[in-house]
Amino acid sequence: MSDHTHDHDGHSGDRRDFLYLTAGAFGAVGMGAALWPFIHSMNPSADVLALGSIEVDVSQVEVGQRITVKWQGKPVFIDRRPEKAITEARETPLSDLRDPQTDEERASRPEWLVVIGVCTHLGCVPLGQKASEDRGEWGGWFCPCHGSHYDTSGRIRKGPAPLNLPVPPVEFLSDNQIKIG
Amino acid sequence: MSAGTHKPVGTGLVKWIDTRLPVFSYLQKEYAEFESPKNFNWFWNFGAILTFMLVLMILTGIFLAMQYQPNTGLAFDSVERIMRDVNFGWLLRYLHANGASFFFIAVYIHIFRGMYYGSYKAPRELMWILGVVILLLMMATAFMGYVLPWGQMSFWGATVITQLFSAIPLVGDLIVTLLWGGFSVDNPTLNRFFALHYLFPFLIFAVVALHVVALHTTGSNNPIGVDPKGPQDTVKFHPFYTVKDSFGLAVFVTIFAAVVFFAPNYFGEPENYLEAAPLNTPAAIVPEWYFLPFFAILRSINFDIWFIEAKLGGVLAMFGAIFVLFVLPWLDRSPVRSGRFRPLFKWFFLIWLLDCVVLGWVGARAPDAKVIEGVEWLKVIHIGYLSTFWYFFHFIILLPLLGIFERPKPLPKSISEPVLGGGTAAAGAASKPMEKM
Repeated sequence: MSDHTHDHDGHSGDRRDFLYLTAGAFGAVGMGAALWPFIHSMNPSADVLALGSIEVDVSQVEVGQRITVKWQGKPVFIDRRPEKAITEARETPLSDLRDPQTDEERASRPEWLVVIGVCTHLGCVPLGQKASEDRGEWGGWFCPCHGSHYDTSGRIRKGPAPLNLPVPPVEFLSDNQIKIG
Repeated sequence: MSAGTHKPVGTGLVKWIDTRLPVFSYLQKEYAEFESPKNFNWFWNFGAILTFMLVLMILTGIFLAMQYQPNTGLAFDSVERIMRDVNFGWLLRYLHANGASFFFIAVYIHIFRGMYYGSYKAPRELMWILGVVILLLMMATAFMGYVLPWGQMSFWGATVITQLFSAIPLVGDLIVTLLWGGFSVDNPTLNRFFALHYLFPFLIFAVVALHVVALHTTGSNNPIGVDPKGPQDTVKFHPFYTVKDSFGLAVFVTIFAAVVFFAPNYFGEPENYLEAAPLNTPAAIVPEWYFLPFFAILRSINFDIWFIEAKLGGVLAMFGAIFVLFVLPWLDRSPVRSGRFRPLFKWFFLIWLLDCVVLGWVGARAPDAKVIEGVEWLKVIHIGYLSTFWYFFHFIILLPLLGIFERPKPLPKSISEPVLGGGTAAAGAASKPMEKM
């Protein structure tokens, strides 16, 4: 190669180098384009995406009662919070929180808290949906796997979990009809 | 082999690996420096094309298997879900379904190439036999794959083909029950066909590896069937045949893509878009086109041969049509490989090729249909008798006799001679500057 890095017009580089590089680049792009349908076929399909939102009738839920619904394969906790729980959640100073977020940001209608019931540590479902279960030191949820405590706004207060229980997209279609997703 | 004999190739990491595991020196030896006859024509492209198709079929198959449900209650709908809901699912399925057809197109051309140029003759008999094993495995794989969508043709094709084994005396029915895992084609059958359809391509891959090892031991045949006499008769596999194979592959894949994108159901059967109905046989059960000649042979034996009943006779003839290929290297007694130098064989081969097409035509039609409108006495089955007879007559009678009575044309002394018109030495001298280019 070294003896013809200059052609007879004195240009540096080599026609063959150029051909190798362009052919190689073209091949790589073609290979990528050919592989994309294979890879993309593993992404969520149309029928899976169609289950992206659910509507929940909450007319039967009493004050103080929590229900669990399934959304995108995950449990979603719907909590009709009593006044005491709302007050506790709203009066907690942000400085006490590991993942600071106000309760107003998390629950647009104070009575209804909707969170994804998956611990942000390693994905277990926390306890606390039934009154008989351990709800942790802050009266929200308690994850039995590694001992994370969540408050009445679903915010992380103690234990290994780094983040609050996430709030899914929630829309109130009417007073008794919640659209999740 | 002593540790000192292996000379690693490359530098740096490549050399480090090659010292311990000779993958790079293997590639260098078998695919870069490998000497191949310099006179290959385009028919020698199909080995590379088949390798590509096998890899494509395995790849699309694995991704389809991620979406497919091998259960009689779910299979048909899961295929429709692949077509409608899975991202690029339609592309994967059409590539896979049409890929089967193009795999067979390529393999049949590859086989015909081997037959015309005498590639099965010594010392390549085992390579040829391994090729016939690959063909049988491909047929089994294709058949079981066609059952998986669980359409009407899937179900009834499976029912009919598995019942071929019921023709075996005494144990036939037991074998069929064993194949089905029950008393009809049902969920256990679908389950095991899916498992085996996934397994067989890897068996094919293993036999292909042996086929290639045999090829790289004996070297390739070539259009004149005369062994290379020295380096003047060969070129290095890379870049000469890697480039030629790539170009041929591009042409083949272009035609394949045209069918996949513009006529994806051309080779398909509309009936198979109806879900399997075990209580309702379709009016006509027709196999995929690549099985039609064998289907025609099966149906043409509709008479008892001495003590062999028609049913068993048809099955034996159909399997015999493939098994006769195993002994082809010993049926063809002619010492000359290439059909180019065999004035009689050349024509009889073409007649046999035409006979295969006629058998395909017969297989696609009802046996009692008229061949020509208005001619009552000539039925499709009569053409079937004739073409089935000729198929076996060619192999069992003609080929051995041709080896004795045919007078072949004089063979060139070397591959270079017909090109350059000189002897081996002159050709060697003349070809030297060409290799420098």
